[in-house]
Amino acid sequence: MSDTNGSPLLEVRNVVKHFPIKSGLLIDREVGQVRAVDDVSFTLADGETLGLVGESGCGKSTLCRTILQLLEPTSGSVLFEGEEIAGSSRRALRPLRREMQMIFQDPYASLNPRRRVGQIVGDPMTLHGVASGAEQKRRVQELLDRVGLSPEHYNRFPHEFSGGQRQRIGIARALALRPRLIVADEPVSALDVSIQAQILNLLEELQEELSLTYLFVSHDLGVVRHVSDRIAVMYLGKIVEIGPADELYSKPIHPYTLALLSAVPIPDPKENAAREPLVLEGDVPSPANPPAACSFHPRCPWASEVCSEVEPELVDYGDGHLAACHHPLNVSG
Amino acid sequence: MAPPLLQVADLRVQFATEDGIVRAADGVSFDLNEGEVLAIVGESGCGKSVTAQTLIGLTRSPNARIEGSVRYADRELLAARGEELQRVRGEEIAMVFQDPMTSLNPVYRIGDQITEQILAHSKVSDEAAWEEAVRLLHAVGIPDAERRARNYPHEYSGGMRQRAMIAMALSLEPSILIADELSTALDVTIQAQILRLLELLNSDRGLAVVVITHDLGVVAEVADRILVMYAGRIVESGTLEQIFYDPQHPYTWGLLGSLTRLDQPRTKRLAQIRGQPPSLLAPPLGCHFRPRCPHASERCEEVPELKQRAGVAGHADRCWLGPEQKRSLRQVGDRIGLEVPAE
Repeated sequence: MSDTNGSPLLEVRNVVKHFPIKSGLLIDREVGQVRAVDDVSFTLADGETLGLVGESGCGKSTLCRTILQLLEPTSGSVLFEGEEIAGSSRRALRPLRREMQMIFQDPYASLNPRRRVGQIVGDPMTLHGVASGAEQKRRVQELLDRVGLSPEHYNRFPHEFSGGQRQRIGIARALALRPRLIVADEPVSALDVSIQAQILNLLEELQEELSLTYLFVSHDLGVVRHVSDRIAVMYLGKIVEIGPADELYSKPIHPYTLALLSAVPIPDPKENAAREPLVLEGDVPSPANPPAACSFHPRCPWASEVCSEVEPELVDYGDGHLAACHHPLNVSG
Repeated sequence: MAPPLLQVADLRVQFATEDGIVRAADGVSFDLNEGEVLAIVGESGCGKSVTAQTLIGLTRSPNARIEGSVRYADRELLAARGEELQRVRGEEIAMVFQDPMTSLNPVYRIGDQITEQILAHSKVSDEAAWEEAVRLLHAVGIPDAERRARNYPHEYSGGMRQRAMIAMALSLEPSILIADELSTALDVTIQAQILRLLELLNSDRGLAVVVITHDLGVVAEVADRILVMYAGRIVESGTLEQIFYDPQHPYTWGLLGSLTRLDQPRTKRLAQIRGQPPSLLAPPLGCHFRPRCPHASERCEEVPELKQRAGVAGHADRCWLGPEQKRSLRQVGDRIGLEVPAE
């Protein structure tokens, strides 16, 4: 499909990913399902950054892997530039893999300790037949330079680098094939604050230079707001609210979004003392056995009878701000 | 004024390793007052955890050299040995660790683990100890504590495990609780619950708390006083307000500036600290922060003292810059920060 103005780069439609729970001595019987991702839809425009927030176990990482076809979705469709990629064969996916790359959370576990930096960043080029030999070396060194490492680091091993530098290697590797979409799964969570700021600034520069599209996953709402144009909030496998970043932060509609925002400690003693945060009771329920209807209702201070009987649909409140709640906040009328 | 509960003076902890000597804590001094929440802030490897662990003798090992003094209730803790040290741990100073998953024993029930600690330190019957364990679990907000005490750690969620750890730490009614990155492994909503619990314990029981964290947001929520550590040294110490509204050390400006803050409008670029923390094997000469500091001069090759600010009680910092210079240099745009990188 031609790249017409306004057509999304990525479209996710009703994606579902269930994992079977198996039990039994000799024969595995399926005794239940973990609904890791449960009917998720959104679109991602070219050059945009969509932030994905939620607590651990809400399905953020599974969703990322399902989008990239690292996990096969149970149902639903994923369109990249209008082309269906869900359920495609590995061979058919191969050229598309160049367009979609991932940056991982753990800069220690995601780099092969026995390969040199030059190989780590150069391997994708070899595998896809993009460049080899001296040309590959030149390109790798260019990339290293671009992400703030020095070209002399070409022959070093990952253990010689600090966490922040390793994350830079991971970014260089993701950029090696000049992708259009980058899925960044908690790229700064494992880093110290002073290094976080460096990596966030780098990601932003790269986006402008290479017109990249980001799907940016994090549990840190401050980080997500800093980088995102739009934000989606997930709870137990579902998107409960999605909207433009500033609006979602200033006027959250779903009580869960409000609770998440209010739980973030503000680094300002006076403001902290002045506010009355909404502290949620209890823990996130297990996605193997989610509460009926609105899965947030057991923890929600606004919950009423309808919340445990009817599942709320995502409703558009204008300007692309959608939320799934029977008792929407900050909505007039 | 009452004397401080705990007095740490010129604490030095060195570890001999194959690569050389690591100076994890290099002349750390501070007081902890009764009923106070003291936060030690810094990045990984700055020596904050080593400092806290040394207080209750957890860093003692054949390759460690520990100097200085830690005084608690007229006793020198660094000299305490054997049973005396055992009694201090738990009964006087208790510690809660970052990772509740690995600090609980997976093959014993939660209630039994707490009971064991009570029985090891006091002469009560098994039944009384169990009842006490249930009461403590209830006190830290475990619902249905009677039944939950019979659970194993894997049946608890992360937040509940952290609560169980706190219950265990409280079981011997210590006067000091050390919380090492208590809320780091938790989700924000659960983190908020645990911070509330700490505040409650502090205000209701007058428990003195040492919070060790890298998260300035957490600090702003709970702390009375703050120590900022960098590469084994305290670079600034002051009250909560002093550190947040009138920070004196460039490293503190950098920490404040690199935060992505929800309470302020979005900035285009984050102020950052360039480079990375030094290795404690061979830290830079002079001021350890010098190589990363845009305001460094030749003078910084000499180590600055941790100096009390003139006319401002309780606020000290380790920097050569004058008060006027500091006031103008720390302003980056309309916020406090170190430097905004060029586009």
